[in-house]
Amino acid sequence: MAWFNQLDPTTQFVLLSAAKVVPVAMILLGLVAYTVLAERKICAAMQDRIGPNRAGPFGIWQPISDAVKAFFKEDFTPDHVRKVYFWLAPAIVMIPALLTIAVIPFGSQLGQQKMVIADLNVGVLYTFGIVSLGVYGIVLAGYAANSKYPFMGGIRASAQMISYEIAMGMSVIPVFLIVGDLNLSRVVGSQAGTVAWLPVLPNWTVFQSPMLALSFAIFLVAAFAETNRLPFDLPEAEQELAGGYNIEYSSIKFALFFMGEYANMIAASAMMVTLFFGGWTLPLFGLDAPATTLFGGLLHIGIFVGKVLVMLVIFIWVRWMWPRFRYDQLMDLGWKRMLPVALANIVVTAAWLWLRA
Amino acid sequence: MDAQSHSEIGQYVPVVMLFLLAVLITGGMLLGSVLLGQRGRRSKIKDTAYECGMIPVGRGGARLSVKFYLVAMLFILFDIEVVFLYPWAVVYRELLAQPATANVIFFAMLSFLGVLLVGYVYALKRKAFDWRS
Repeated sequence: MAWFNQLDPTTQFVLLSAAKVVPVAMILLGLVAYTVLAERKICAAMQDRIGPNRAGPFGIWQPISDAVKAFFKEDFTPDHVRKVYFWLAPAIVMIPALLTIAVIPFGSQLGQQKMVIADLNVGVLYTFGIVSLGVYGIVLAGYAANSKYPFMGGIRASAQMISYEIAMGMSVIPVFLIVGDLNLSRVVGSQAGTVAWLPVLPNWTVFQSPMLALSFAIFLVAAFAETNRLPFDLPEAEQELAGGYNIEYSSIKFALFFMGEYANMIAASAMMVTLFFGGWTLPLFGLDAPATTLFGGLLHIGIFVGKVLVMLVIFIWVRWMWPRFRYDQLMDLGWKRMLPVALANIVVTAAWLWLRA
Repeated sequence: MDAQSHSEIGQYVPVVMLFLLAVLITGGMLLGSVLLGQRGRRSKIKDTAYECGMIPVGRGGARLSVKFYLVAMLFILFDIEVVFLYPWAVVYRELLAQPATANVIFFAMLSFLGVLLVGYVYALKRKAFDWRS
């Protein structure tokens, strides 16, 4: 590593960042591919079917064969679409989905390096900003298709996503009232140890107080709505809209929407793990403190990925357990139930802190 | 770490790198599909909008319920409120710890939320949130 130490600090920083950015993006894409497989397998198990089992043992090569198939299919651009936006929309869905993970600490330390791509002090605001950009891709896809079902799907998606974005943004404010920092590394750091009221439970945000548990509940529901997953998959609603905003798309462009949805799901899971389930910490064997050894660092990454996988299984599980909401019920839940509850939650948390001060 | 990574703008360098990588991946996939994909024949029927096999009637963009526009307007209103809440949340405990500012920080935000609550109740009473009416 002598040559590395001779470089000037800026070059070192850029190289180290590249060494984090490339593997994280690759692992995210791999995780997206295998979440799709997991979804199909779990769905099959719940419906008493076998699921994909032809490509390799337990169908483990299925994602690869799906990708190859998507590439070799005809990339058809119908005559009636708005061409520029038609090409732009899948990219605008996919790019923000990949960008969301930049601020999430996926491990403590490897050597001297903090395991987070960009340790921004605005942390969560960045995430919410990027997540909002995802709406544009879907609206644009609906508009670009210049056809009735996709247009309806795109409009539904935008109304749904902006409605639940408010509930989502409000639900996490109690967390920041208590932590007092938007930086996600410090949010994770504040969750070390065990909770005061029951020293067996880890000091994760969900367990700290009833207000924070409510925060998590609202965030979870909003995350389902934001990622357009069942029970809130009205933008896609196969039975009503025959697929929604992605009807006119074929081959890899269709796959990009699909991958964007799963990447968003992974980002939402990672966000929930970071904010509410202690990120890479475990209150056992001193795994709360940043790792000093290489093995410890890898173990922390493993713990984080493990927690994210549990959240993903919950996402998949919910999808195959619940029927879809009706549109007016969806809007009612967002505006008349979750918004006032999230607002009240903020006031109660603030008042509680004020009384204690 | 060095000064570069601690400067405000320097922090965003990895984000830009991730962005470029994301553009590269997405662009590569779109291009790959053009290069590798099958070339099919075009026909008049294939070029029509998909409407479950019916011949499409009228223009693509259907007229929408005004409710969607209303939701967009209400969203801007409440989202700005959320943006104002974040800085307050971050400094809240710090200012609570000082007796001089403890009451100010609590009641100032309470009054802000109170004003917005009036707006919310108004929108609720005018049935802005009722999708079926």
